[in-house]
Amino acid sequence: MSKRYGNAPPAVDGVSSTIAGGAFVALVGASGSGKSTLLKMVNRLVPPDSGRVTIDGRDVAAEPAPLLRRRIGYVFQHVGLFPHMTIARNIAIGPRIAGGPPPDAAALLEQVGLPTDYAARMPAALSGGQRQRVGVARALAGGARLMLLDEPFGALDPVTRDRLCDTYRALHDRLGLTTLMVTHDMAEALLMADRILVMAAGRLVADATPAEMLADAAGPEAAALVAVPRRQTERLQALAPLGDQP
Amino acid sequence: MIPPAYADALAQVPALLASHVLLSAAALGAALAIGLPLALIVARRPAAARIVLGAASLVQTIPGLALLALFYPLLRGLSALIGGGVPALGFLPSWAALALYALLPILRTAITGLNGIDPAVIEAADGIGMTAGQRLRLVEAPLAAPVAMAGIRTAAVWTIGAATLSTTVGQPSLGNLIFAGLQTEAIALVLTGCIAAAVLALVVDGVLAMVENGLSRGRPRRIVGPLVAVLLGLGVAGWPLLTPRAPVITIGAKNFSEQYILARLIGQRLADAGYAVRYKEGLGSTVAYRALSTGDVDVYVDYSGTLWTTLMARTDNPPRSAMIAAIGRWMARDAGTALIGPLGFENAYALAMRGDAGVTSIADLSARAPGLRLAADLEFLDRPEWRAVRDTYRLRFAETRAYSPTFMYRALASGRADVISAFSSDGRIAADRLTVLADPAHALPGYDALLLVSPAHAGDRRFRAALAPLIGAIPVAAMREANYMVDRDTNKATPEAAARWLARRTGR
Repeated sequence: MSKRYGNAPPAVDGVSSTIAGGAFVALVGASGSGKSTLLKMVNRLVPPDSGRVTIDGRDVAAEPAPLLRRRIGYVFQHVGLFPHMTIARNIAIGPRIAGGPPPDAAALLEQVGLPTDYAARMPAALSGGQRQRVGVARALAGGARLMLLDEPFGALDPVTRDRLCDTYRALHDRLGLTTLMVTHDMAEALLMADRILVMAAGRLVADATPAEMLADAAGPEAAALVAVPRRQTERLQALAPLGDQP
Repeated sequence: MIPPAYADALAQVPALLASHVLLSAAALGAALAIGLPLALIVARRPAAARIVLGAASLVQTIPGLALLALFYPLLRGLSALIGGGVPALGFLPSWAALALYALLPILRTAITGLNGIDPAVIEAADGIGMTAGQRLRLVEAPLAAPVAMAGIRTAAVWTIGAATLSTTVGQPSLGNLIFAGLQTEAIALVLTGCIAAAVLALVVDGVLAMVENGLSRGRPRRIVGPLVAVLLGLGVAGWPLLTPRAPVITIGAKNFSEQYILARLIGQRLADAGYAVRYKEGLGSTVAYRALSTGDVDVYVDYSGTLWTTLMARTDNPPRSAMIAAIGRWMARDAGTALIGPLGFENAYALAMRGDAGVTSIADLSARAPGLRLAADLEFLDRPEWRAVRDTYRLRFAETRAYSPTFMYRALASGRADVISAFSSDGRIAADRLTVLADPAHALPGYDALLLVSPAHAGDRRFRAALAPLIGAIPVAAMREANYMVDRDTNKATPEAAARWLARRTGR
């Protein structure tokens, strides 16, 4: 896949990869490395200059974009709940526009760990974390098997974020989803994903499991990214014994 | 008890209000039909939005009255281009001008509303798989609507206010009351017209406020009631249009008392002869004749000098009877309109001064003019008659200023002006003891009042027979007296009453 915006250097520069069904793949890299652009080429929010995406052997460009997107869950940092609709209507919007039967909003709310009586609330009445949980429920409502997550938890406080990460990973396993998640937080990627793709300047520079990453077997760019959470962990451990002193 | 002047004014309100409502609604509807799609197209294109808003703002800077007037030559040109059939007066120009006028607030707030939507919401709509149509219907329209509604309210109030001006191009509206009242200084008419228009604007604004409230709180059901009210109002206003009517004779009148009285005099005669009549009053001087030639007006009274200098663009000054004969030939040839005949009096442009000024002839003014102030009616200074009299007598006044006729007489009486452009049939000349200055060089042409009919009635014997008794029947003294009944400050008569008095006085 390749994509270039105007005369800038290519955002995505000849990337090729295959993702197995049921995998949880994290796409990491510095800001501007092209990871979001690559993700959005999957559901055609960004049209590629060259290359193609196939899902189950079918080219995504073979059908109208809205039909494609209705089968793919999309969750992004700014959530984008519709402020004029209740939580229930927000969750039900996907099946509604597709002309399908309304989803079980209460069940979806339970899945993402929200009380069912939130269905009648407006988005403005929810906290950031709660809103993103609704965002996940909305993405799942249409029965999507492939989920695209674009820095989904980036704007949340660490505690909320940690809980939501756990909730989502559990959902991924329970529902047998295939998840492609963009994040710039290597720790999040290491803890959640089965496989990590590292991008730099539009290119794929590493492709490894978290264990391989931690063993520094995935190349210098990956090692540099892994070094950050590792150093933080070491410093935290160095602090801990002091705290235990009598 | 309601005073008779107000009862008379109120009696005219329902028909004018209905016409006003339909015109305003049609204009607002057109502005919405153009403005909302246009806003959608340009909202995400800042350069295009700037151009569209700039154009709409430019339209807004044109005074409403001028915008209406500009549509007249425009539509005439269009009509000539496609071989006729486009009415240049009445509903069409009023509707088009008002719709253009209403565009700016609608465009501006609709664009603001669309651009104010959080980009994340749009990304979510796309990401979820909405088509462009679904995104517009489910997301963009409901989110932009409360903001756009504020602009629609502004547009509605402006349109209802500006629709009063459509009277001047021959479209009946509540402005008929206001303009007739201003011209004849009948405060009851002015007040009734203004209050009716203001109440209409307030009611519509209130109903739209309820719609706005329902939209902004996301309660679509709350807008059903107000919308039903709007539809009911339009239904009531439009009902008479759906019922079949007998052909109606349209009688034109320019914007001064004598014209209002003569229109009613003609109307009373035609009604007696079994015709249904309606009035297009407050027409501009040249607009009236154009309306006659296109059939927008069926009959009205004009003045030989006006036709001669303004419409025929003649600068010579033949004797009165020769001029009338030439006008009759020109009308038949030019537009197929017909001259029935002169009514028997002249309403000439003249210069007048207070009787105590001691001046009796324009010739005496040549030397004194630089020390004097001229007050003219709104048209006089732009007319060829003024150029003729100015150049013939070499008049150079210290100051020239245009007034509406009533205030022109006031200016003379109060000493703010020394000379006015008077009309020889004006009742205030005798009442104010003014001296009409002699015109020894014959710079001013004759102004015989002439009864004119449209091409459709030029050969209509029954119609002409109904009007024939008016020919040569009105002496200038009778006309002056009738005019004064309407123009005087106290115990004013309505044009209708003055016309009945005139009919009795002349035995017709």
